[in-house]
Amino acid sequence: MLVMKGIVKQFPGVRALDGVDLDVRAGEVHCLLGQNGAGKSTLIKVLAGAHQPDEGTIVFNGAEVRPSSPIDAIRLGFATIYQELDLVDGLSVAENIFLGHEHARFGFVNRPAARRAAREVLERLGHGEIRPSAEVGRLSPAAKQVVSMARALSHDAHLIIMDEPSAALAHDEVANLFRIIRELTAQGVAVVYISHRLEEIREIGDRVTVLKDGRTVAVGLSARDTPTTQIVSLMTGRNVEYVFPAKAGRSPGDEVLTVEGLSSPGVFSDVSFSVRAGEIVGLAGLVGSGRSEILEAVYGARPATGRVLLDGRPVGRTVVDTVRHGMGLAPEERKAQALLLDQSVTANITLGGLTGFARFGWLDRKREREEARRLAEMLDIRPPDPERPIRTLSGGNQQKAVLARWLLGGRKLLLLDEPTRGVDVGARAELYAVIRDLAEQGIGVLLVSSEVPEVLGLADRVLVVREGTVIHEGDAAGLDEHGVLDMIMNGRAA
Amino acid sequence: MSEPTKAQAPSAAGGGGPSRGGIPGLGALGGLGEMRHLGLLGALALLVVVGMVTRPDNFATASNLVSILSLAATIGVITVGATFVIIGGGIDLSVGAVMALASVWATTVATQSYGPVIMAICAILVGTGAGLVSGLLIAYGRLVPFIATLAMLVAARGLAQRMSDRKTQLIDADNAALVDLSTTRVLGIPLLVYIFALVVVLGWVVLNRTTFGRRTYAVGGNPEAARLAGIDVRRHTMLLYALSGMCCGIAAILIMARTTTGSSTHGDLYELDAIAAVIIGGTLLTGGRGTIMGSILGLLIFTLITNLFILNGLNTSDQLIAKGLIIVAAVLLQRRNLKERAP
Repeated sequence: MLVMKGIVKQFPGVRALDGVDLDVRAGEVHCLLGQNGAGKSTLIKVLAGAHQPDEGTIVFNGAEVRPSSPIDAIRLGFATIYQELDLVDGLSVAENIFLGHEHARFGFVNRPAARRAAREVLERLGHGEIRPSAEVGRLSPAAKQVVSMARALSHDAHLIIMDEPSAALAHDEVANLFRIIRELTAQGVAVVYISHRLEEIREIGDRVTVLKDGRTVAVGLSARDTPTTQIVSLMTGRNVEYVFPAKAGRSPGDEVLTVEGLSSPGVFSDVSFSVRAGEIVGLAGLVGSGRSEILEAVYGARPATGRVLLDGRPVGRTVVDTVRHGMGLAPEERKAQALLLDQSVTANITLGGLTGFARFGWLDRKREREEARRLAEMLDIRPPDPERPIRTLSGGNQQKAVLARWLLGGRKLLLLDEPTRGVDVGARAELYAVIRDLAEQGIGVLLVSSEVPEVLGLADRVLVVREGTVIHEGDAAGLDEHGVLDMIMNGRAA
Repeated sequence: MSEPTKAQAPSAAGGGGPSRGGIPGLGALGGLGEMRHLGLLGALALLVVVGMVTRPDNFATASNLVSILSLAATIGVITVGATFVIIGGGIDLSVGAVMALASVWATTVATQSYGPVIMAICAILVGTGAGLVSGLLIAYGRLVPFIATLAMLVAARGLAQRMSDRKTQLIDADNAALVDLSTTRVLGIPLLVYIFALVVVLGWVVLNRTTFGRRTYAVGGNPEAARLAGIDVRRHTMLLYALSGMCCGIAAILIMARTTTGSSTHGDLYELDAIAAVIIGGTLLTGGRGTIMGSILGLLIFTLITNLFILNGLNTSDQLIAKGLIIVAAVLLQRRNLKERAP
């Protein structure tokens, strides 16, 4: 249905696409794989009409096309659902779905018609419960995803491009997403699916195209039968069979963090656990299970009742207090919650420990720069120039800078919420090594991740959270992915 | 001009020159801050040339330059405070009214009986106090800055009218020492210009060399990240408004010295001039980016225009139109700079 051949896209100084071939058949889920920077996003933008290729041809249903603008692409029947959802929070669901092609006459919007049509599309997606009049800003991430998809459908798209659609979704929501995708493909719609999660690709994908450094390195592999080692080696150019560092060699030290009877009405209740020095404790659970909220409550960023002790002493319930006592958080939304994007890597690293460089409020900027440089080298932040604006770094390196922030001033406990979100495979392994290394230095680590293999691979001990309560606690060694998933989804103890 | 690179990367400012590491794109990045100030300096130079051409007799005279600086001093001090608030992601509309209130409070019969030093302290305390109230409402009362400081504008103006009974309060002969600030000259320049310069230098130092300044950028650039990094964002926000209020108090001293009066009508629409100067200077209204130097250059441009119109006997309405055009032109130029900056 769609054949792209020899697509080249040149940016000043970078050849983002250097001869990409892609061939998508009607009714299939075609997965696009590649590391960050391999050219996936640029390729999508070419299809979406946001970029025009310098060379190459795009043939759609037998005719050569050249989407020259986003509107043009939509008219051709290409719809794109971006990684970062592009919805207007202040408008209603119906208004968002029909944004740009409203049911209107002489500029007046026909609201009842729009709502009816919106309800139809939402029902087609199996989400009749989302009210067309609801304000999008108040919806959950999963519901927003559905609205995004409804918008794509409302354009009568023949080809839907999904950029990491599952990144913001929990496990059961992913299942629903897959159900929708299957229905779409059954109607002959082709889906180009981009994800970092191999297991998803195995489940939903038909064929796989692998990109590396702006080139297609493999076309039309079977999504189900191609061995993981082959896919990973195509993406990285090397065989990566093992990404997690070895578990703690020595037995962990004293309790750093003690949580007793932590509760937040309606979110989680009576949570008790501890983290010891040098130990990585993982919280596994679905989005909305309360796992991130528990982390925030421990950090003092969310009100809760119960006791939180650091080194056996109670700490105040504000972030200012917990940070002063030695906690640090790498939040889930890196850009929105952790980074000052306009500022340098140095300024971002030292943000949490500024007083350490100051005397009576006066900054010792030389020492600040030296310290930031030392940490950047220690964590191998690339490019190795701490004066660069942090927005120019890749996701993995930005995350390292956030970790570096908390290496200042002797942290006792690090709270990591989805530390590898949006980070490519190669950089993940490095981050895992860094996190393990921190634990080896005697820091306690509390980790939240949606990816069960990540929790199992990295943590020494695992707590399984379901609907706001801890339903299982045990050594990571005694658990496997299947068992944890079973607990998370069905609430059965292993 | 080593300081203004602050806009892009505070820690890169001043230190090792604009282009570190030899990455081409980065050199341009580091230099753009300076470029922007170069633009402002160019505009300033252009206005000076216009002045020298149109009024060769009395533009470039010492007395005219002194009068320009004296005129700029009052709003200049306020602009320093406004720059902090705006970089910190807020806005303070109450500055003119708070200055008026401080001038009235400091010139009441009761305050005047304690002498000039207490009058000056009173002005600063009243200004700081008013700023603190706005800050409390915004930081802890969760009011939108626009609304809280709009309320403060109206209320402070009203309180000033009530205290003064809408009369202009003269400074007694006993307290002439306060007026000396505008009449005593060192090296031919009135003392109040030195006070202005001191406030600018202190403001620059606090913004660029202290934890307070760095946190101001953080709080304005990404309040959530600042909060999760352990910065007390609310307290900091409150302090920013108190700082702005304190600057209004200092400005009140200057305007009392210049006019020998305290009055509820002082500083009308100063908030707009201050905000305009900050914007022309390249500070983002959304917070997180900006410089003191830019604001001061913006202010000097504004003041020069006023001066040129007066010297040439032109209509003050045309002057307002010119100022409006300059604001739009400055912002359009900066947006082009931002676009070039984006990857």
